[in-house]
Amino acid sequence: MSHVVIVGAGQAGLVAAETLRAGGFEGAISLLGDEPDGPYHRPPLSKAWLAGEIDAAQLTMRAPGILAKKGISLRTATAVRAIDRAARVVRLADGSALEYTGLVLATGATPRALPLPGARSPNVLALRSRDDATAIAARLALCAEQARPLVVIGGGFIGMEVAATARKKGVDVTVLEAAPRLMARALPPVLSDWYATLHRRHGVEVVLGAGVAGIDVEDGLAVAVRTADGARRRCGLVLVGVGVVQNDALAREAGLACDRGIIVDDCCRTEDPAITAAGDCTARRLADGTLLRLESVNNANEQGKSAATALLGTPRPFTGAPWFWSDQYDCKLQMAGLSAGADQTVVRGSTDTPPFSVFHFRAGRLVAADTINAPREHLLVRKLLDAGLSPTPQQAADTAFDLNSLLAAPPPR
Amino acid sequence: MTRIVFVEPSGREAAVEVPDGWSLMQGATAGGVDGIVAECGGSCACATCHCYVEEARLGELPPPGEAELAMLENVAAPRQPNSRLSCQVKASSALEGLRVVLPDRQE
Repeated sequence: MSHVVIVGAGQAGLVAAETLRAGGFEGAISLLGDEPDGPYHRPPLSKAWLAGEIDAAQLTMRAPGILAKKGISLRTATAVRAIDRAARVVRLADGSALEYTGLVLATGATPRALPLPGARSPNVLALRSRDDATAIAARLALCAEQARPLVVIGGGFIGMEVAATARKKGVDVTVLEAAPRLMARALPPVLSDWYATLHRRHGVEVVLGAGVAGIDVEDGLAVAVRTADGARRRCGLVLVGVGVVQNDALAREAGLACDRGIIVDDCCRTEDPAITAAGDCTARRLADGTLLRLESVNNANEQGKSAATALLGTPRPFTGAPWFWSDQYDCKLQMAGLSAGADQTVVRGSTDTPPFSVFHFRAGRLVAADTINAPREHLLVRKLLDAGLSPTPQQAADTAFDLNSLLAAPPPR
Repeated sequence: MTRIVFVEPSGREAAVEVPDGWSLMQGATAGGVDGIVAECGGSCACATCHCYVEEARLGELPPPGEAELAMLENVAAPRQPNSRLSCQVKASSALEGLRVVLPDRQE
């Protein structure tokens, strides 16, 4: 009997499981997760969940019993030890084994650890799982009670979202970022600067070019973070957000090609026809040979679908414009496309008064846009990118130019 | 708990008890209702939880906010006067028995 085993019960794993069923797969589906909970929404963890605005059940993607009804066997707290590709068997940590006819790897990523003394203290935390976020929320409450600051190491999306939530809770916040600007991997300089100003206006101390030298520990708890310039900042909680490491060890040990992620094509296939991979654990080989690693819900959803359909023999390339969002204070950033490789950037509107957008061009063609509080423009740009349409940089910069007109009457191509 | 009747794209009706304060989207996706993608999980960032609310009872719902209106302009299925994003509509006893029709596509 056919049996698809899905390793990883996060967003990508769940979508793969449901896509298999929706696609007419009638065999058994096992969805294995190593966390105590079934699939849940991670994006609210740094925001609504941390702020205490929603309850645990609202994070849950499917109520208990729903997956069983669909014939999906969810096994939580189940770790996989090895994949035997020759025998088509997944070996579990409890010593048992599962035979598969198809295997989806959706193993996610793990926060990069800080190689510093003191970084293992119980109030030095990274945010990935619901348990992580629960521990952070408890520490934040203590910070508020005892007037102790939060020190965020790493000015990426997670760090900045947690900083914004902590300010909402009245906690003093310092962000230490090693690079000269915030969220530098994803944002253009104009937006990095804009966000630094936004956070400073909300009372966050943003320190750029900061080298973290050490964490001082007293009675087992981190009490201060020292930087290379000799400064020492008191803390009640240290949030470490310095990127992730793709969970590709299982695949690598099984002999699949990996390079900081399981290498897949745009249909999520590995070199083993029985194995596909999806989500944060992947590195997608693009047409030009480079590898693309996207850590986002959109990527998990799209690759989850592709990983399932590839096993069903109906490959579905995920080539649509990737998108991403981040909520900080009352500002919603929405990103469409990939701005890496852009050679021209124009601002539509004024950075002084949102909404505004930043359009990215390569050789005169639109490749991406980042919008602040401009959801109409975000969705429009996704449509333009997916249709292969582009405004000129001059049109993009001109708020009087109606971008919708490009969709209405596409020029001959 | 408020009983909401979702009409899936297939025409199948699914009655879901949605806890008060939850969004209709949360109730539907947790309850395994087909026809809502809700890619962003309820952040009003993706416009893939589009629904049509029973027209006669439209007035019983708090009106959409600016962000929802903006996202509704770009939903995949046709936008109608009773179009809403189900992640922005919270369940309350006033909505008991509300019928919510889900479009045949969200993306």
